[in-house]
Amino acid sequence: MSTAFDNARASRVTIAGKLLLLSWPLVLLISLLFAIGFAMLFSAAGGKVEPWAGRQAVRFAIGLCLMLGVALVDIRFWFRHAYSYYGFVLLLLLVVEIAGDIGMGARRWIDFGPVSLQPSEMMKVGIVLALARYFHAMDEARANRLPSLVPPLVLIAVPAALIVRQPDLGTTITVVLCGTAMLFLAGVAIWKFVVVGLAGAGLVPVVWQFLREYQRQRVLTFLDPSRDPLGAGYHITQSKIALGSGGIAGKGFLDGTQSHLNFLPEKQTDFIFTMLAEEFGLIGSLTLLMLFLVVIFYALLIALRSRNQFGRLYAAGFAATLFIYVFINTAMVMGLLPVVGVPLPFISFGGTHLWTVLFGFGLLLSVSIHRHTEIGRLGYAD
Amino acid sequence: MRRDRDRYRLFTRRAAMLGAGKVGLFGLLAARLYYLQVVESDRYTMLAEDNRISVRLMPPSRGAIVDRHGELLALNQQAFRVQIVPEQARRLEAVLNALGDVIEVPEHEIARVLRSARRQRAFVPITVREGLSFEEVSKVSLHAPELPGVQIDVAQSRFYPAGGAAAHVLGYVGAVAEADLTGEPVLTLPGFRIGKAGIERAHDLALRGRAGTSEVEVNAVGRVVRELYRREGDVGQELMLSIDAELQAFTAARFGDQTGAAVVMDVHTGEVLTLVSAPSFDPNLFSQGIRAEDWRGLINHPYKPLTNKAIAGQYSPGSTFKMVVAMAALEYGIATPSQTFSCRGDVALGEAIFHCWKKGGHGTLDMHGGIQQSCDVYFYELARRVGVERIAQMAYRLGFGNPLDIELPGEQPGIVPTNEWKKARIGVSWQLGETLVVGIGQGYLLATPLQLATMTARLVNGGRAVTPRLTRRLGSAAKTMPAPAELGFQRANLATIERAMAAVTGPGGTAYRARIELAGMAMGGKTGTSQVRRISLAERRTGVRKHEDLPREQRDHALFVGYAPIEAPRYAVAVIAEHGGGGASVAAPIARDVLIETQRRGTLPRGGTPQAAAPATRPGDRI
Repeated sequence: MSTAFDNARASRVTIAGKLLLLSWPLVLLISLLFAIGFAMLFSAAGGKVEPWAGRQAVRFAIGLCLMLGVALVDIRFWFRHAYSYYGFVLLLLLVVEIAGDIGMGARRWIDFGPVSLQPSEMMKVGIVLALARYFHAMDEARANRLPSLVPPLVLIAVPAALIVRQPDLGTTITVVLCGTAMLFLAGVAIWKFVVVGLAGAGLVPVVWQFLREYQRQRVLTFLDPSRDPLGAGYHITQSKIALGSGGIAGKGFLDGTQSHLNFLPEKQTDFIFTMLAEEFGLIGSLTLLMLFLVVIFYALLIALRSRNQFGRLYAAGFAATLFIYVFINTAMVMGLLPVVGVPLPFISFGGTHLWTVLFGFGLLLSVSIHRHTEIGRLGYAD
Repeated sequence: MRRDRDRYRLFTRRAAMLGAGKVGLFGLLAARLYYLQVVESDRYTMLAEDNRISVRLMPPSRGAIVDRHGELLALNQQAFRVQIVPEQARRLEAVLNALGDVIEVPEHEIARVLRSARRQRAFVPITVREGLSFEEVSKVSLHAPELPGVQIDVAQSRFYPAGGAAAHVLGYVGAVAEADLTGEPVLTLPGFRIGKAGIERAHDLALRGRAGTSEVEVNAVGRVVRELYRREGDVGQELMLSIDAELQAFTAARFGDQTGAAVVMDVHTGEVLTLVSAPSFDPNLFSQGIRAEDWRGLINHPYKPLTNKAIAGQYSPGSTFKMVVAMAALEYGIATPSQTFSCRGDVALGEAIFHCWKKGGHGTLDMHGGIQQSCDVYFYELARRVGVERIAQMAYRLGFGNPLDIELPGEQPGIVPTNEWKKARIGVSWQLGETLVVGIGQGYLLATPLQLATMTARLVNGGRAVTPRLTRRLGSAAKTMPAPAELGFQRANLATIERAMAAVTGPGGTAYRARIELAGMAMGGKTGTSQVRRISLAERRTGVRKHEDLPREQRDHALFVGYAPIEAPRYAVAVIAEHGGGGASVAAPIARDVLIETQRRGTLPRGGTPQAAAPATRPGDRI
């Protein structure tokens, strides 16, 4: 059996052999994306490496090592420790809940000396990993049984509840959407999504009651930015001005007026896409979106080529996570979605999301390397 | 295996659906980007430029005002103030204390600066002290290395070196009021000053100049990043007046405590050499905003220092009007110079008795004697024959009854009464007695000192309708006036009047004691004393009270109109001393001194070309 042979081969290959199996084009794409991010952070600082680009490069170097390390570890190890990672992140979320640092009116961070982590970001991969393991051994029929749906819903709801209390609407939505994507991939009947969706729509007025005032403001100014042009609507308005004034070819690298004269808020983090679009125009913004699309489809390709369900689910789920990151961020700066605070992977300044995404890519590469590995119910070869 | 295959198929289907959804949503993003960056790009580009570019106005320097010899009457002084930029100072309090060691900075000012520093953006300069002396400026500049963030700012403030002497001609500048806003952007600049009175107001637009613009790139908090484009403004035009600054100062000083007005003009050109109104005020008080108590003091002052009495004060001309009546009689063929009347001290008209100022009368006088001795009875008789309509006609020809359009705001027209005027104004017909009263320059008749000077000029310049003017040159354009029109008087008649006026300062004339004995400078003229109150019958009988015993506001106005030199008249003067008493004793000596000074200065060599008054630094410059 070739399967048995491949299986044996994958588990026996040396580190060097695994490095050969690594999807180098994907690593190149990642590096290319980071290079764009580095250039934009360099521009955001007015043509200086400090304070953002340099630090982000160090983080990327660390993250790249992390990614390669994760990629080389046997996929069954990650299968066995999927819940551990999820549990660990959940624990961190609880710590944040109890004693998190206050930042931008929200508790999001845990300080580890020189590094501060944002556990809610880590949950974006954690939820995918945990649900991939949960649905690994289930077929369509079992996945659709109601009792089988309770644990995954709990797995989604608990972190979502903790994150929304921070409060961090953007990350909550991302985590819930990632979980939903996993349920969809696992084969849960489509009508169930429709029913829940309609019920959710019915719940909007109820949820509105629980939203914080600033969250309501964000939604309201999203619906009509002109109602407060100098206050909450300022971000959206200035972002659209920056995007629009970029035109087709852009104003040129380091020449974005909106960003360099500080009309554009948070240009090094959530609004960095706007800055790129201002300096490189439609050509630049579409190119970046195409690069992300290529990466996402690369992940889907890895999913389809995997021989084990865990790998497939994880890879396709991670592709969905990536997509959600990119879509929410870019749609938000274009004024298609409310400003909820989601970074753009590889481009925005920030450590946790970069490491989370690189950790996720490490797992994806591991799936790719170990695509022939068979995984039993408990994570050992059958 | 079968189970796994089904599962794989399902997974593939679901993954493909998600993939398709992602492509669809990316399509949505691309469409949105296309809309923003291509369809709406022009609109957003404009908005981005609006964000980034701010147009700032640079106030122009106000044009200087110089006298006929180029001497500065109004200029811009550099007003220095010391400012501190908190961002550059870093240790603000320490720097302020260090500054306090260099120049005097009161404790509470330091506290105020520290308070404002907390409130505003760190790059916005805060004024620490204004009105620095030049010495203090150099001290601060010398210590600049130890005073980071400290800068000297130069602003401009209007300065009038002559102080109050020319205040009524020059006027003053003040802050722009709501009513002054014309939509011109420069008017909204903080600290911008416009002409509020006098020639400053009359020629405000020319003096103001044109503001420059500076297009600067600003960031989101308004800090200037760099200058993109600069268009220098134009300095306001220099205005040269016909005023002689030193003569003006002399005349103002000559008034002493007297209140009133004096005008000296060139009888041929109409150029006003001196225009004084007393008491005066210091126009410099207004340059940086007048304090409320100073303002109250000026407007509540009983002698009205803010009123320009030379053009806005309307007085009964008294006997100075007698030449008008005489001219009317001669020109309209009512009487000849040899016409005699007999003065016995009074004349009766129906029930009423009209008195001459000289108790007992002048005896028989011809026209020459009537003017020389200012006989009232002579002019009662003459006026009765001429009639009020002809007197009014002659008065208009000599410049009464209408504004003379000198370039100053607030000029009054005076009153030349006629039957028609009285009916329209009071609703009653003219009485013959009123004609007699007008004959000696009293009654409803009112004239400004400027009109009296103009009348005198027209009588002695060969009968030409000269009008007073103040501007010699505005910018580079010399103001030329067409030669004044002939009034069509007969030479002989003018000569009769001129001879009589010359005799006023001669032996037996009313102003003999105020004559000028300097060779070639002799003065002719006419005295006038205009009653402020009626003299009652009882008073006439018991003898008029001594003038000095009356309260000031009941005393007569003293007037004198004159010209010099007699041989070839060149200057006309009109002097009024309010409640001064007799024209001969109070007004004529002032006129004499002023005319001596005028003629002395007239023979002086002309001053050099006026200096250009463009200052080396503009407001807003930092040194």
